[in-house]
Amino acid sequence: MGASDFAKLPHIGEPVRRKEDYRFLTGAGQYTDDIVPEGTTHAVFVRSPHAHARINSVDKSAALAAPGVIGVFDGQDVAADKIGGLPCGWLITSTDGTPMKEPAHPILAQGKARYVGDHVAMVVAETLEQARNAAELVNVDYEPLPAVVDVRDARQAGASAVHDEAPDNHCYKWAIGDKAQVDAAFAGAAHVTRLDLTNNRLVPNAMEPRAVIGQYNRATDEYTLTVANQNPHVERLLLTAFVMGLPEHKVRVIAPDVGGGFGSKIYLYAEDVCLTWASKKLNRPIKWTCERAEAFLSDAHGRDHVSHAELALDKDGKFLALKVHTDANLGAYLSTFSTAVPTILYATLLAGQYSTPQVYVEVDAWFTNTTPVDAYRGAGRPEATYLLERIVSRAAWELGLPQDELRRRNFITSFPYQTPVALQYDTGDYHACLDQANQLADVAGFEARKAASKTKGLLRGIGYSSYIEACGLAPSNIAGALGARAGLFECGEVRVHPTGSVTVFTGSHSHGQGHETTFAQVVAARLGLTPDQVDIVHGDTGRVPFGMGTYGSRSISVGGAAIMRALDKIEAKAKKIAAHLMEASDADVDFANGEFTVRGTDKKVTFGQVALTAYVPHNYPLDKLEPGLNETAFYDPTNFTYPAGTYICEVEVDPETGVVRVDRFTAVDDFGTIINPMIVEGQVHGGLVQGIGQALLENCVYDRETGQLVTGSFMDYTMPRADDFPSFQLGHVCTPCTTNPLGTKGCGEAGAIGSPPAVINAVLDALAPLGVKDLDMPASPHRVWQAIQSAKA
Amino acid sequence: MQVPLKVNGKAVTVDAAPHTLLVQALREHLRLTGTHVGCDTAQCGACTVLLNGRAVKSCNMLLAQASGAEITTIEGLSAADGTLHPMQAAFKECHGLQCGFCTPGMVMSAVDLCQRRPDASEAEVREMLEGNLCRCTGYQNIVKAVVQGAAAMKA
Repeated sequence: MGASDFAKLPHIGEPVRRKEDYRFLTGAGQYTDDIVPEGTTHAVFVRSPHAHARINSVDKSAALAAPGVIGVFDGQDVAADKIGGLPCGWLITSTDGTPMKEPAHPILAQGKARYVGDHVAMVVAETLEQARNAAELVNVDYEPLPAVVDVRDARQAGASAVHDEAPDNHCYKWAIGDKAQVDAAFAGAAHVTRLDLTNNRLVPNAMEPRAVIGQYNRATDEYTLTVANQNPHVERLLLTAFVMGLPEHKVRVIAPDVGGGFGSKIYLYAEDVCLTWASKKLNRPIKWTCERAEAFLSDAHGRDHVSHAELALDKDGKFLALKVHTDANLGAYLSTFSTAVPTILYATLLAGQYSTPQVYVEVDAWFTNTTPVDAYRGAGRPEATYLLERIVSRAAWELGLPQDELRRRNFITSFPYQTPVALQYDTGDYHACLDQANQLADVAGFEARKAASKTKGLLRGIGYSSYIEACGLAPSNIAGALGARAGLFECGEVRVHPTGSVTVFTGSHSHGQGHETTFAQVVAARLGLTPDQVDIVHGDTGRVPFGMGTYGSRSISVGGAAIMRALDKIEAKAKKIAAHLMEASDADVDFANGEFTVRGTDKKVTFGQVALTAYVPHNYPLDKLEPGLNETAFYDPTNFTYPAGTYICEVEVDPETGVVRVDRFTAVDDFGTIINPMIVEGQVHGGLVQGIGQALLENCVYDRETGQLVTGSFMDYTMPRADDFPSFQLGHVCTPCTTNPLGTKGCGEAGAIGSPPAVINAVLDALAPLGVKDLDMPASPHRVWQAIQSAKA
Repeated sequence: MQVPLKVNGKAVTVDAAPHTLLVQALREHLRLTGTHVGCDTAQCGACTVLLNGRAVKSCNMLLAQASGAEITTIEGLSAADGTLHPMQAAFKECHGLQCGFCTPGMVMSAVDLCQRRPDASEAEVREMLEGNLCRCTGYQNIVKAVVQGAAAMKA
């Protein structure tokens, strides 16, 4: 079935209320910490208080003697059992042909601790309180070493080395694009705009802290790992094949209800391995639930780039070339997908929505004594969008053009479009998004609102951002050529029951995205059922055949496409059964609205009758067809999908206090086909708050001397709250994706990708009359006030 | 320490150590796991329950302080036949939840808020939800749900 036929089916485009909500609204959700297996023991981790220290010894004796303690483990125990380090899933090759530096990432520190919060020992006791008390008794002899936390320090000659394998702290140098062509274009440019910027480090802070239960069954030699995770099959693959050397069929990974992820629950973490490993040694279930302060230290962080960019333009404001250099902070160790974020998921997006003929991007990635950095909502694409949309607005101001006008002059208008940085956009309509955004935002009324603000002593500004992202990760062959060490397909199984209801098993995982509803709509639409007749099972390697999980806005476009393929198989087989029942040729049977008909006759059978026949095959072509109606499909996409849109932000700034208030925010997105607009808009709202949060509120700060995490709790790290925002105005443009059977592009990350530059551009527009030209995120009152004071000086 | 309580209409006595937090008593002793713990600084509000009708953060008070109190948790909000409370129904109708983790605390805060301020404007709702963090929804549909739930509670 083609994407245009699919979009016309019943239930597609309907705001179906969510099937999962009843359990969440009545307290019946089952998150990992809600589950207590019989005989559960509790783990507490001893974490390094130093950013960098040699571990001379770990004395476990007092802890082992403490009440209730049944085990204390450190790096030596890990080494003795030959438990491997945590693997990195993406190999980046440097421009000189050498592979990235890949130091070991032990599950309990071996000889050195490399960031505040690094896991040094694990204490297991009968109760959590006993484990906490005993953890205080583990005596670690640390010898503090100098620490580097900022890439600007890590890259200095003579900086303290995080790893012996990378004495200069350099992990890789990577580049994309044609440098010579870019240099030539700059030589002939009428105007060059330059920009230095920082993309601030963030802490994901899903509301459910990470949690793990490790269990081992001696009778069957099977492990069960229950874990707050976004991709249980990947977790199992990494855990078994790369770390513990276990056969996969002996390990079941269950990710039950998961309270948000935003990337931070993609990765295989040390705690997951420690609990699985120790559950066998102790022959007891072990639970660990992360505390929030511990989450700040140990969940993979996001962003943390320092960049310089230059944009060359001709006399008419057409972009000629873009040149970017970025220093990326990877933290102390390589987290699962960390190395792909500042390269494959970043630099390839720097063409944006523009027909810039030449782009060259160079990335240096560095180790520092900080928590590992990995994908966080958007992953590389927000960093690309922030840089590009900031420099485009700056160029507009330098040329005296309206922000939207310069964008219009450079939009790509013909598709498919091959960018100079590897991607091929299949479709889009960037002018339509911008036009709709201008209308919804009432840009025409901006000057009047600005004048009204002025009478109150406030400065009003408007900011644009026209983003693009590459989602639907990813064609496995392309990803493989770019260094991925895993495939990026998805799997779906459609099980039709004898009475015609359906259970779908998907490798995508839902931790807030509403797959149980959206995927049910897809299946119901295809089979002529209601969404209530379709249940979606996810998050359990014991029930779902296989899966690559949820990240990169891939669930509907890759996971949904796998279900569509399985439905094709179901439909093909069901047609044969129906043909037999109606004594017709397969080729003459049509299927629509849940009914099989024979062309040119009034014969028909329902989907339910066919399902029953498949399982009660008394009148059935058993010589040609197996009974049953259960099909599995694996789908590997042929291209990324390219959601795009234009966001417009309007702010009021109080020049006396530096306080910025977002007064209006308009987001127009092209997500291709939309299956459930209610859920899609909810995803955009959430993304916007995370993006505006990055621009105005959130900032992860380490002390540059000591490497201590300064923003280590909700008392110090500014989380966005309800009264920080206005209601957002949303709009949609639809150019269906041409490379998957649904026409969908994905919507999970757009809000977080598109919004930060719109906000900062708006603040800079507001402050322009005061002479402020630059500002880094977050634009806190203090920073804005300081920028105003320095402009005055 | 024996602490008598009335939880979701039922009289119970919790036998726990003196330093037990109310949220621990609910989750661990009474196994009412709908009340969640999302932080350690009384900022996120996922643990919000009603104590004698007022919303409190159950991570931020001792069980002993609740002795003799009437507690309502998210499990006690819907009708005996499972019909959702008007505020729960409004959250579903308005898509006021995504991952569901902050939801119980958010709904309990909303019920209290609407009992005290049945005519709260959108801006007032936003201000009064300051003590509850949500990382998924961007708050917009929560605010919509609270306004709609307030109207339904008055009806």
